[in-house]
Amino acid sequence: MTGGSVSDPATMPAAGGPDWDAAKAILNEVRHALRHFVATGESTLIDLRAQPFAPGDLERLLAWLGRGEVEARVEALGPTRVWESAVPGVWLVDHRDGDDQRLTLQIEVAEFPEILRSPAQDIEQAVAILDARLGAAADGGP
Amino acid sequence: MAASKTLGERLRERGVSRRGFLKYCAATASLMALPPSMAPAIAAALERARRPSVIWLSFQECTGCTESLTRSFSPTIEDLILDVVSLDYHHTLQAASGEAAERAREEAMRAHWGEYLLVVDGSLPGPRANPGYSTIAGISNLQMLEEALAGAAAVIAIGTCAAFGGLPQARPNPTGAVSVSDIVTDKPVINVPGCPPVPMVITGVLAQYLVFGQLPELDEYRRPRAFYGQAIHDRCYRRPFYDKGLFAETFDDEGARAGWCLYRLGCKGPSTYNACATMRWNGGTSWPVEAGAPCLGCSEASFWDAGGFYRALSVPAEIDGARILAAGAVGAVVGGAAVALTRRRVRAGEQAREPVTVDELEQRQ
Repeated sequence: MTGGSVSDPATMPAAGGPDWDAAKAILNEVRHALRHFVATGESTLIDLRAQPFAPGDLERLLAWLGRGEVEARVEALGPTRVWESAVPGVWLVDHRDGDDQRLTLQIEVAEFPEILRSPAQDIEQAVAILDARLGAAADGGP
Repeated sequence: MAASKTLGERLRERGVSRRGFLKYCAATASLMALPPSMAPAIAAALERARRPSVIWLSFQECTGCTESLTRSFSPTIEDLILDVVSLDYHHTLQAASGEAAERAREEAMRAHWGEYLLVVDGSLPGPRANPGYSTIAGISNLQMLEEALAGAAAVIAIGTCAAFGGLPQARPNPTGAVSVSDIVTDKPVINVPGCPPVPMVITGVLAQYLVFGQLPELDEYRRPRAFYGQAIHDRCYRRPFYDKGLFAETFDDEGARAGWCLYRLGCKGPSTYNACATMRWNGGTSWPVEAGAPCLGCSEASFWDAGGFYRALSVPAEIDGARILAAGAVGAVVGGAAVALTRRRVRAGEQAREPVTVDELEQRQ
């Protein structure tokens, strides 16, 4: 899936309007982070909850970034929704609590978001977990 | 410390995954106004953290600060109580009452002497005031504060009443109310003002103490710079309208409907330092200025005595409306001068407090 209508000039907010400044600033920060990532391989996190957005700014920013090909959902202390924007390497990570209230909304400029990676400590225990399951299967369950 | 197990151990016992813990730390970084890249460092610190004991004293207050705390969603109050802090005494939230509650406070103080965090909301009648204006279990606020203070590691004054005297201290201050800082001279004090404070700021200060094991950097009013380091005006999404000289003149004119700057409707944003503009309220939904109400300056000292909330007191008398509009035309230069004058006026207003007795109050009436 690509951004589609977000590239339609009719849907773009008026550049230079006072209500557009905060979102435009974030886009420039994303651009800087992308260039840095391409040059050094270092990822960047931008916390969108700490921005002085005007009403509608966040929605416009998300619309401008669009939706890419990947979506994921993590269930850990409530849902976390992850999606790649229409700009490759620019991800949105939406952390929610158990009541689906937003904890943080971050832009992560990286190959993929850290939250999707299997923790190394968990992988160290993976064989033991699998052995336990094989043992359970041999006993007829689950 | 209140418990021997670390927070990491407690979370694992409760089945919290490492991904969940990382997410919790990302939320905590956001809560503490730290860069998101600090999440791994926070995770390492929290993994080792033990629950500090917290004793919360409520004096001359309206319970709005506790209401605010219980509406913080990140972490939830349950997280705070069960995982992050050991709230050993809070007479509004605890189940025990009467003598049992006071015994719980004394036991917690003995068990954690020298280590517990003392949180205070509300002002208290000062040393020269009648102590009978505010008592708990027959103990005056001043006596209870001094007793609890002796064994505290640090004091956190929650809300403008505790931090600066607030409403009880507003002229003519009939109860002789003073702030926590007026009493505490030999322990670190962190002021977390606001009427009430932003809930996430309350929990953020507690989380910062837990993560770093030390007090945050404070400004001249002992407020954490992480949350009170910038003026509302400087982080306000309506600031571009101010810079363009576009002001709402009434609450229902064209400018108000278009979302223009509320400076001339009495907004105290230029002289107010708080996190409302970025953290917002009600789970980040909105904040007063976004709802069309000018900032009242509730996190500043003497804000109750700063004149009418909706009078444009933030526009100094020396600068008339034409000059304000001119400021918009030439940028923020003149506006900056107005802001500086306003700040000096607010500071000067603090010197105008005049505690009075009830008799004097009745004579004035």
